[in-house]
Amino acid sequence: MPFSTITALLRTRLTRWAVSGPPFLFLLLFFLAPSLIMVLASFRYPGEFGGLAPLRDADPVVLQGLTLETYQFFFSDIIYAEIFLKSFVVALATTLICLVMAYPLALLIARSPKKHRDLMVLLVILPFASNFLVRVYAWMIILGPQSAFARLFNDVLGLFGIGPVALLFSPVAVLIGMVYVHLPFMILPLYTNLEKHDPVLLDAAQDLGANAWQRFWRVTFPLSLPGVFAGSALVFIPVLGMFAIPDILGGTRDMLIGNLIKEQFLGVRDWPFGATLSIMLTIAVLAWAGFSTWLAKKWSHGYA
Amino acid sequence: MRRGPWLWACAVLAYLFLYVPLIIVVVYSFNDSRLNAEWVGFTWHWYEILLNDENMLRAATNSLLIALVASSVATALGTMAGIAMHRYRPKLLPFMVITPVAMPEILLGVSLLLFFIQVLNLTLGMISVILAHITFCIGFVAIVVRARLAGMDESIFEAARDLGATPWETFKYVTFPLILPAVIAGFLMSFTLSLDDFVITFFTAGVGVSTLPLQIYSMIKIAVTPEVNAVSTVLMLLTLTMIVLAARFAPETLKSHT
Repeated sequence: MPFSTITALLRTRLTRWAVSGPPFLFLLLFFLAPSLIMVLASFRYPGEFGGLAPLRDADPVVLQGLTLETYQFFFSDIIYAEIFLKSFVVALATTLICLVMAYPLALLIARSPKKHRDLMVLLVILPFASNFLVRVYAWMIILGPQSAFARLFNDVLGLFGIGPVALLFSPVAVLIGMVYVHLPFMILPLYTNLEKHDPVLLDAAQDLGANAWQRFWRVTFPLSLPGVFAGSALVFIPVLGMFAIPDILGGTRDMLIGNLIKEQFLGVRDWPFGATLSIMLTIAVLAWAGFSTWLAKKWSHGYA
Repeated sequence: MRRGPWLWACAVLAYLFLYVPLIIVVVYSFNDSRLNAEWVGFTWHWYEILLNDENMLRAATNSLLIALVASSVATALGTMAGIAMHRYRPKLLPFMVITPVAMPEILLGVSLLLFFIQVLNLTLGMISVILAHITFCIGFVAIVVRARLAGMDESIFEAARDLGATPWETFKYVTFPLILPAVIAGFLMSFTLSLDDFVITFFTAGVGVSTLPLQIYSMIKIAVTPEVNAVSTVLMLLTLTMIVLAARFAPETLKSHT
């Protein structure tokens, strides 16, 4: 091989490493390594003062330093399965409510004249501009016992002879907060999908005698399934791990997976169990992602 | 196109649902009452308290410093990752770039907490927060930069090479000027995300450092006063400016949320 070819080859290799090397190494160190450490930590004993026990302990019982104890503990008490189930239910409910609220708006934007669409999309994104905690805090004000809304709500309930109920620090408040924070994540992918639909299809359906209801359920909705699934994933996954919203808007009994994990790491400081819960959450997220990908393929098969 | 009255009604309700709560927060920040319950009268009082709140000002300084450093580093690394993903189609890099963004935030937060304390033996504080923020910002920059590159004609780069440009010269005179809008948009997005982040900061800050979101969190957990409304309003204006800037430099960023 001539020398010039070798240097050219070397140079290409070098360029490649110079470009991909730094981000690769950074993420290797601060994303992949911590994730693997998490897996390892879930098989460890808790330390005497929180954290993890040292791997080489003088105590012969924990000499190996690795154990399945935290996993046994997880499966031994039904309460953990219950909290996981509750988190799934909340995530599913949030996703469905978001879908029902987002669909008309996404459809309206997609069917508006082109020159208005960007502005209408911007109006959906702008609430993102406020801090996540601010958006949750807004509902503390609205649902708080002294607020006009809560008083009106209880007055109406009073007409039916139902006693005043606390709106704040309840499962309903958690659900409202979850929907409010994640709604734009559903609107945007739905809109991106609906915008691409060819209006000719609806005209054809109408010519063939389909009424508005049939046109929606048999043309528009099936075609929008990829958008529905994309939006559902963007809402479901963050809600499943959310701890701040139940923490702020929920009562003490509205604990979800996220709160449980936070409690293990910052409260009772049982890190191995916290790590086990995090691994379980990861598995739940991956299982859900796999399931919805499979469902998306199956459902959109006949239409795409 | 068919836009019936029902569609309009539902859509207007959805917009109201998005905006009314935020408007309430802003309006009550000017309310002359300790309770966020009913309108009493106009006042700047809560903004005055805010300006004299030392903890809040320190938290704001920390937030801006962290956002500036984290988004600068993340922009450099994310741009490299975006170019590498476009040019070399690596297998592992896209996974490492996207996953931290796609998983529930708490997972990155606790795994970094574990890593900083147990492996690096690092005292939690400014450094750990900055490192954590870089980790999740890289992905956003990389996605925007790659999207920009994907929309470009490859022959421009070939032409530069044919004319004898070295890889560095091609980057400096051709690639970089072309992707600059995406790089700036990525920087502004990272800055906003870092400034706004609560969950990951919550786990990686320890007792060493407070940021604006952490400060807001402790205020709404302990004692709610309209000072929270005032700081929320200021923060809204700040992030609004960043979004408008990002939208001007690269309109496609508005769609990259999806």
